[in-house]
Amino acid sequence: MTGTLWFQAVAGLRRLTPLLSTLFLAVLGGLPFYLPGYAAVAPALSLMAVYYWTVHRPDLLPAPAVFAVGLFVDIVSGLPLGVHALLLLLAHAVVLAQRRFFHGKSFLVVWWGFAMVAAPATLLTWLLLVALAGRLIAPAPALFQLGVTLAAYPLVSWLLAWAQRRLLGRA
Amino acid sequence: MKDRIGPVLQLTQPLRTLAQRFAFLLLVVGAFAAMLLSKADLVVVERFRTGVVDAVAPVYDVLSRPVATVADLVQEVRATLALRSENARLRAENARLLGWQATARRLMAENQALKDLLAYVPEAEARYIASRVVADPGGAFARSVLINAGREAGVRKGLAAINDEGLVGRVAETGRRAARILLITDINSRIPVKVEGSGVRAILVGDNSTRPRLDFLAPGTRLEAGDRIVTSGHAGAFPPGLPVGILVLDADGAPRVQPFIDSHWLEHVRVVDFGLDGILPDRPDAGGGGASLP
Repeated sequence: MTGTLWFQAVAGLRRLTPLLSTLFLAVLGGLPFYLPGYAAVAPALSLMAVYYWTVHRPDLLPAPAVFAVGLFVDIVSGLPLGVHALLLLLAHAVVLAQRRFFHGKSFLVVWWGFAMVAAPATLLTWLLLVALAGRLIAPAPALFQLGVTLAAYPLVSWLLAWAQRRLLGRA
Repeated sequence: MKDRIGPVLQLTQPLRTLAQRFAFLLLVVGAFAAMLLSKADLVVVERFRTGVVDAVAPVYDVLSRPVATVADLVQEVRATLALRSENARLRAENARLLGWQATARRLMAENQALKDLLAYVPEAEARYIASRVVADPGGAFARSVLINAGREAGVRKGLAAINDEGLVGRVAETGRRAARILLITDINSRIPVKVEGSGVRAILVGDNSTRPRLDFLAPGTRLEAGDRIVTSGHAGAFPPGLPVGILVLDADGAPRVQPFIDSHWLEHVRVVDFGLDGILPDRPDAGGGGASLP
């Protein structure tokens, strides 16, 4: 990390990898994909990114960044402000508290951990939105969405791991 | 966001943990405050939202283009494969439409003659604002899309959005160069409609499913599956007669509407300005003098 200003600037930019990749996935989640039925079950990409980085590099994705990403997701998806901010923040805190458990464990354990975070997160989103809307929202799409999210986690996690190896090295 | 490593390391570990816990609590309180504020429908929240949407709309505009190109390509290939059957279908449809054309011409002439007879004052011409769907966030809890036209193009809150197939939704938020369309299937969507022909009125209530419910029907109303549902034009929200969908009865016999639009294939929509005020007038103080048209 010694050396020229240029070197330091590049190193600083690399440290933004977790935040930028999380934001990128949050943006990607809003793109129209023209697939029948996709919109209703679009996976929660931002939750995956927050989970991945909290497990692997929590120092580079602090709580205020998680909060900001959550607000962004709320705005783009037209939901009441604060729903995803709270949700991602809680997921971040839970994983942070259990982080030692994941240390050095196999991918399957980390995936199982994601399910343990994503399922309550889905339930909480549903409860919050029912409370905010003041009427019942059909729970079935939320369950499908949870399934798709769990199924998509290995791929997203693989991509993020690739980004971590390339840009951050093994830390 | 980025810790300065130096001073933070000098803090003792417990103090640092305490500070982090405090920041976390503060953020949780902030999230709840944001929910309450957006529930209260404050102007400042709306301005913040439209500001962010305006800022990211160009990003979505660029990113969504390659996706649309690939989707179009897939559609082209599919269309090419189905060429024969499609051709046969179109021939049949053409024959049917030629019959309608003759009828339409006759009715047009008759209509014109009657208008001349009555010295009828024609309604104002509608203005169409064409736009592209740049974001479709989906998710299990909301149905809305972002389009790349906003106040500068004359899009106002409450206007109807349509495509070639039928009613898409209404404008819910307007930024300078982007706007959010609340789809007719969203849980917050309420549209005054009527059954074409019988003129029975109802409210089309979205519930996030693909088929919105038909509510507030007069008791004892007889409905038949297959009836066409169009906007009624009541409450001055939408112009009357925009096609919405086909009436279907679900397993419990409750009336629902299968929309004409293909909600996963929304690439272009047109915002229609009929010069109606709508139920959701732009707040004059929202977003720095929203260009309200007469």
